Amino acid sequence: MPDSSETTLRNATIAVLVENEAGILARVVGLFSGRGYNIESLTVAPVDEERRLSRITIVTSGTDMVIEQIKAQLDRLVPVHKVADLTLEGPHLAREMMLIKVVGTGEQRMEALRLADAFRARVVDATTGSLVFEMTGSGDKLDAFIALMQPLGLKEVSRTGVVAIARGAGSLQA
Amino acid sequence: MMSGAEIVLQALKDQGVEVIFGYPGGAVLPLYDALFQQNAIRHILVRHEQAAVHAAEGYARSTGKVGVVLVTSGPGATNAVTGLVDALMDSIPVICLTGQVPTHLIGNDAFQEADTTGITRPATKHNYLVKDINKLAGVVHEAFYVAKAGRPGPVVIDLPKDILIGKGPYTEAPQTPHRSYRPQTEPDPAAIRQAVRLLKQAKRPVVYTGGGVINSGPEASRLLTEFVRMTGFPCTNTLMGLGAYPSSDPQFLGMLGMHGTYEANLAMHGCDVMLNIGARFDDRVTGRLNAFAPQSKKIHADIDPSSINKNVAVDVAIVGDAGRVLQALIEAWRADATPQDKPALTEWWRTIDGWRAKDCLRYRQEGSIIKPQHAIRRLYEITRESGRETFITTEVGQHQMWAAQYFGFEKPNHWMTSGGLGTMGYGLPAAMGVQIGHPDALVIDIAGEASILMNIQEMGTLAQYRLPVKIFILNNEYMGMVRQWQELLHGGRYSESYSAALPDFVKLAESFHATGLRAKTVDDLDRVIREMLAIDGPVIADIAVDKEENCFPMIPSGAAHNEMILGPDQEGGVAGVTDEGKVLV
Ligand SMILES: Cc1ncc(C[n+]2csc(CCOP(=O)(O)OP(=O)(O)O)c2C)c(N)n1
Ligand SMILES: [Mg+2]
Repeated sequence: MPDSSETTLRNATIAVLVENEAGILARVVGLFSGRGYNIESLTVAPVDEERRLSRITIVTSGTDMVIEQIKAQLDRLVPVHKVADLTLEGPHLAREMMLIKVVGTGEQRMEALRLADAFRARVVDATTGSLVFEMTGSGDKLDAFIALMQPLGLKEVSRTGVVAIARGAGSLQA
Repeated sequence: MMSGAEIVLQALKDQGVEVIFGYPGGAVLPLYDALFQQNAIRHILVRHEQAAVHAAEGYARSTGKVGVVLVTSGPGATNAVTGLVDALMDSIPVICLTGQVPTHLIGNDAFQEADTTGITRPATKHNYLVKDINKLAGVVHEAFYVAKAGRPGPVVIDLPKDILIGKGPYTEAPQTPHRSYRPQTEPDPAAIRQAVRLLKQAKRPVVYTGGGVINSGPEASRLLTEFVRMTGFPCTNTLMGLGAYPSSDPQFLGMLGMHGTYEANLAMHGCDVMLNIGARFDDRVTGRLNAFAPQSKKIHADIDPSSINKNVAVDVAIVGDAGRVLQALIEAWRADATPQDKPALTEWWRTIDGWRAKDCLRYRQEGSIIKPQHAIRRLYEITRESGRETFITTEVGQHQMWAAQYFGFEKPNHWMTSGGLGTMGYGLPAAMGVQIGHPDALVIDIAGEASILMNIQEMGTLAQYRLPVKIFILNNEYMGMVRQWQELLHGGRYSESYSAALPDFVKLAESFHATGLRAKTVDDLDRVIREMLAIDGPVIADIAVDKEENCFPMIPSGAAHNEMILGPDQEGGVAGVTDEGKVLV
């Protein structure tokens, strides 16, 4: 009987601190495609200009053994400083930002504005016939808002993917 | 200020490089010009860039140093890719300098431009494209560190031509630790103690070691021998690990895996505690995973944490260099007062001796046709009598497995074979590299008639540098390993596996200024081997062997260790191989 760690899938949000250099994203993405790991979301941006560090956040899924593999494989890339499985290591915050365009007038438009208010989405652009909302939250919350906008003239969605950080005083250091 | 080309050569010299294997072209002319004007580094001109990498691998594996390659942009770099992947799979430290079009033309589909860093990213441990001459020296030094540190591997440095021509500062190798890449080499003492506790209580232990012990350096092999002897445990090596434990020692069970010995594979299957050092539970070794060593507790020591719990979940994980791990195990074994279960161990050895009594590598040399196993046996015995230091490389196929089974290795770094990638064409260039590193030693490439043609152009390199490499071809006129699988798994339909229109290898040798010899019957064999060894120059010995001999024992793909086939007459044979098994390579 294989134990459950070898069969049960789980999600993992992995934070990776890397050298901010050309090709690093290609290395990480190539690793995932080459070894057949899932990427549900991947974000990257510089976080420390002076020390030339970028942070990559990857949401993936797999068995415990596969996720341990993913971490080890990331960690042995030469420009990788630190890898942390935020899901495993304790409570963490995960947020995503979205810009969403809704086109409509009259009651539809009013309903979109009311729902946006309830979801704490901000209006960042408006014309007489269109609205763009900015919204931050968990992926689920964003999904729920998108679903609500569907009948109200949803035209376009742009999402950042997930960024995440551990709760509490602990931090990911290079 | 120095030119980029001079900076590269200075950095190589500072890193202790004595020899480069390469092939020139437009993009690397500045480097060739700088090479011409110095004497510290020797350049060996190969005949194909793939061979340059294999030669560097042979050099690295036999000397423990980093092998260095220099090729031009575009086709030079793409030709090197097979060698790079080979070095990646077998964890061999190699630096490959590739030329590149000038920085301002990168991305323009310039003549002989290829996206070398893109192509080689999954083919290397790491790669660099140097776009700033101020960073050039630092990158070369770092590349050597990366190639050697932790689990070794190939590193590419892509050098645009303007960088090679431009002027910049030289900097020495930094004394500070690397910013991000600092692999753990010292094992965790708690994990070591836990391992020793399991090992002390073991009733049916087995030690299984791989290329990691070789890569750690000869001291690790010495420590392995010490540890195995002090514990009284049986020891088996992977294809990559042969030579780490002396093959003539009674505690050695032979190689394990698909073509491993009966006793090694059954000891793996039946063990209660397995100690794996520097091997990676490769599919050639484990057979069917869900039937692999089912009753065992597993301890895995590896310098690469990603090798641990990858294919096989283990009970004790030890991250560290094989030599350091062995040293720690020896000390912890002495410190732990728990007595060993000696009666159980004696009983275990009795079981193992029962398996040994099957004499699974037995063959019958009858009649005049040379059995390939016999040819290797005699090659081994005659070279051993000669007392010369002997290095063996191989190509890929049945001959490779017979070499692993019938040639005995007493020391590490004397056996060079393409394990992970299984690259036909590896053996001849690898032998060149070995011979460059060991000019007075006897270097033999055990080859198949098909494989040898894949890098046969290197006969020219042997001639140019008077490298006395011996090529010992087991000529069965088939891609024997392919034919064997077709016989056993595909109804004997020998699709495209016959070696038709072969060259006359004796004449071929002669046309490359070497000596050609031929053995047609068993009566010729010893004479041809002795003659080959006596000739002070490159030789091709074309040994006509039994065309239909198969390589046994064999664990068919998808089968378990205890489902191995011992020989052609075994009842059932491979009849049980399922389609699920057949999909496996
Ligand atoms: C570059 C490459 N192409 C194809 C293969 C697949 N392959 C493995 S063994 C083999 C046959 C080798 O024939 P030969 O060199 O005559 O050796 P034998 O098995 O007859 O001893 C082939 C084609 C390979 N390993 N490498
Ligand atoms: Mg053959």
